[in-house]
Formats: sequence, structure tokens, C-alpha cells
Amino acid sequence: MIEILSNAALATVQDRGREGGLRWGVGNSGAMDPLALATGNLLLGNDESAAAIEVPVFPFRVRFTVDCAFAVTGADCGATLDERPLMPWACYEARAGQVLSLGLPRAGAWRAARAYVCLAGGVDVPAVLGSRSTQLRGAFGGLEGRALRKGDVLRAAAPGRAMRRSGVGVVPPGLQMPLEAGGCAAVRVLPAAEYECYTAASRTAFWRTEWKVTPQSDRYGYRLSGEPALQSTAALEMRSHGIVPGVIQVPPSGQPIVQMRDAQPSGGYPKIGTVIEADLWRLGQAPIGSRVRFIEATWDEAVSALDELRAWLDETRSVLDLCHDIRHAA
Amino acid sequence: MNAAARITPLGTTALLFEAPGALTLPTQQRIWALAREAQEWTEVREAVPGMNNLMLTLVGPPRGLQALEERLHAAWSAVRPLGLEGRTVVLPVTYGGDGGPHMADVVAHTGLSVDEIVELHSAPLYTVYALGSHPGYCYLGGMDPRIATPRRQVPVMSIPGGSVSIGGAQTGVSASPGPSGWNTIGSTDMCFFDPARDPPALLQPGDSIRFRVEKVIR
Repeated sequence: MIEILSNAALATVQDRGREGGLRWGVGNSGAMDPLALATGNLLLGNDESAAAIEVPVFPFRVRFTVDCAFAVTGADCGATLDERPLMPWACYEARAGQVLSLGLPRAGAWRAARAYVCLAGGVDVPAVLGSRSTQLRGAFGGLEGRALRKGDVLRAAAPGRAMRRSGVGVVPPGLQMPLEAGGCAAVRVLPAAEYECYTAASRTAFWRTEWKVTPQSDRYGYRLSGEPALQSTAALEMRSHGIVPGVIQVPPSGQPIVQMRDAQPSGGYPKIGTVIEADLWRLGQAPIGSRVRFIEATWDEAVSALDELRAWLDETRSVLDLCHDIRHAA
Repeated sequence: MNAAARITPLGTTALLFEAPGALTLPTQQRIWALAREAQEWTEVREAVPGMNNLMLTLVGPPRGLQALEERLHAAWSAVRPLGLEGRTVVLPVTYGGDGGPHMADVVAHTGLSVDEIVELHSAPLYTVYALGSHPGYCYLGGMDPRIATPRRQVPVMSIPGGSVSIGGAQTGVSASPGPSGWNTIGSTDMCFFDPARDPPALLQPGDSIRFRVEKVIR
């Protein structure tokens, strides 16, 4: 078990997300960086979709009350176990009583916003409507349907299991697969239904602007700001319809909002584009105050990008399995 | 009447089917029928009705959308309206005041008085067309177009659960606190969602809501 020692603003339990509840208004939830979650789980020999703690605000500290293997992925937070510095994206074994501390994310080659504390076997909370992810809006899933607080206790499903050699790690995908446009972090976007309803100047600006991630950005959506405001050729008042994470809505203010993991499953603002599924993890890691650009993608590029992510995870799994085999052969 | 439905992608693993024509219940009944049929297709993860439209989420990205588009168009031409016999829930509403912070915006936009807006809003028996937005939230058909008010320039970060609001030509009741781009004109108390129930949502498409005027704060 682990005990939360910090007043953990907005830290939540998340797995890969919830499916099948859209017809009841239940959105996906799930890790903002699903690649970091999956990799953390691979490091521990967990199911890729096991639940972990998503940490968006630092510092964050937990105490292990039993021996437990763990991995910290996502943002490099200069983690320590007691006083001992840990490598990011690596697995370790904690002894009962030891304290894991995450500091502020480091500004390195890949500056990220969220860390994932993954535990052997996954964080053991009840699955609700098919997922352990916290549904903040519906106040269910995760731990009591809410963000974690100081004093909360979470159980690892298999604390005694240590699948990998302590200290084995992987190079973060943000370093292995960087994506930039003109020196600015970028994500690929497919034009969406109302793209053509924007003025030519606005469409050009959409691709050229370095959009700033405003402080009003959270798990629901990233509210971006930039000049000029995007203008449609006529006022658009749409009927409410289903939307998915990644959809970029433009309210009449002309400042786009990207739907993220806790996004409502339906909406009515016009859609100028959709961040491709394979790049949502990049945006999920974009810190508040950072800038991001949109790169126009084709359907085939969007599908290939997903295949590449899958291949990256499969290769990571093979390499880790190889380390495991060597360890056991030795 | 014979205008084509519009099908557009939502990324590579979802698409939106939008029925042509005015927002009507018979069209919505065809949407329910289309949803029931599409839910059985192997490539479809979930068929989600909206307001005279249908979102399909897919199990994975297809190589292209053409085959699905053709199938949807063909199914749409063939479906007959699906009449769902639901139940009626009466919701007492306090209009205006702290629970209806955007009543003034609706007054300003429509040129109607608070009393007129309340009368027009509480008169119809609203049909639940679809659920969406957040757990247990119902999109309702049947609002009087005279009180239609555009969505807000900038969505508010949070409105309370039980908020009765107008967005464009639609109205609805929020089931829990959260962000919204709609104009809130009143409030009610009702538990619309419980994950332990089966189904977890109180209301289903085909059910009806009547708003009873509990109080008007001018």
C-alpha cells in the first residue's frame, strides 16, 4: 500500500479509459499520456492498461507501507526514493517506509507536464463501468470518484511481484520521437467538418500560429490562445453531436479549445480540426504556458502514426522481456 | 426532404452522421433506429445518438471512410422511425436568481420578459432525444424557438448540477457540476445518474421531461 503525503491537487487514478458509456453521457477519461502509462506498466510487467496515479502538480510525495515495485514515467521530476535519486522511466523496488518524492518537472530536451506513478500489478481500485479511471464530472471511478488527498491510501494489486531488474529503464518516447514545427512543439491535425467554414486567413493562421496553452487548460480541454482569433465566414450554431478527445472546437471568441481525456462526449461548437489520436499524448504533456503548433496531416499519416506507436510499444516490450530473460538466465 | 445526410470524420476512429432538414422528432426516431442497426456492425464500437445526428466510434481506424459512408447512407434510406415509449418525469424548477445567472442574457437576446421566458420554457412536454455532455445529461427536443439563445461567447468554467439552460435552439438540465457554454436560466434537484444502477442513467431516449414552475426570481 502507499500513502499520499502531499495535498495532491488534481492527482487522480487513471487507466487507459472507459469505453461503452458514451450513450449515457459518460466520456473516456483515462491517462492524458497513455504512452507513459503503458510504458510504466510494461516496466513492471503489468497489463499495459493497468491503473496508475497521474500527477499534474508538484511536488508530490508518497510513502510505501509495504515493499513494492514501482516505476515513474511521464515528466522527469527528479524523483528520489528517500534521498536516493532515481532515473525517470525506470522501475525500482521500494521497501516499506520509504518515501518517493517527485519535484518540479525538469526543463530538458523534452519538457513534460504530468508524471505517472505506476505500481506492481497496477493501482487496485474497483472498476466502475469497465474502468478504474477517475470520472471527475460523474464523481465515480478511481478513488471515490475524486482527486487524491493527503492521507489517502492506495493498494498495489501485486506489490510482491518484481518482473524487471531494478533500475531497468527506457528512453522516453518524447526524446525518441520528437515532433516540432519551426522550433515549436507540434501535434498533427486532420481538418474537421467545419474547417472550410473559416476564412482563408484564419485557416492559414491556424497552421502558422504558435498557440499558447493557457492556465484554463485541464483534463477536460486545452484552452489555447493566439493571434489572430479564428473567424468563420458565418455564425455557426450547431446541433449537439458526439465528439471525441482531440477534437478542436472554436467557440465564437475564435480561441480554439482542444478536447482532452475528460472531454464531454458531445458538444456543439464548430470543429476546425482533430488532433490525431497518435499525438494526443504529446498534447497531454504540454505544460501550461508552453506553445504548440498544428501540422496538417492526411488520413494515411494519422493511421501510420498510430501503427508507429504500437510498434514502439511492442519493441519496448520485447527489449524489456529480453532483459528479464537475461536476468533469469544469469 | 431529399437532401443528403452529411458524414464527416472525427479523427480516424469516429465519424459523425448528420441528418438533413429541420430538427424534428420523426427524424430523431430514425436516428434511434439507425443507431440500433449500426451498433451491430463489427467495426462499430459504439453508436451514439445526438440531436438529429449519430456518432459512430470505431474499434480501429479503417483504411478510409468510403465503405462505412455508403453503408450509412443505404441504412438511412431504409430505416423507419423507431417509436420509443418512455416515461414522463416532472422536474420542479426555480427560474432566475443565483440558480439562473444567465436569465438576463436570454432576456436581452430574445426581447422577452422573464415571465414570458418562463412560460414558454415550462409549457412543452420535452422528449429526451439523446444523452451526452456528461453522465446522465439529456438533450431535449421541443423547445419553443422564440427563446432560442446562442451559446455563450466563452464557455463558463463550471455551472452547478441541476442547472436548467438554453444553448441555441436546445434546452437541458446539467446532471453534475462542470463547464458549459450554455445560458443557465434556472435550477432543479434530481439525481440523473448512478453508476451502480443498470442502466446508470435515470432517463433514456424516448422518455419525457416536464418542467414545473416552482418559483420565479425576477
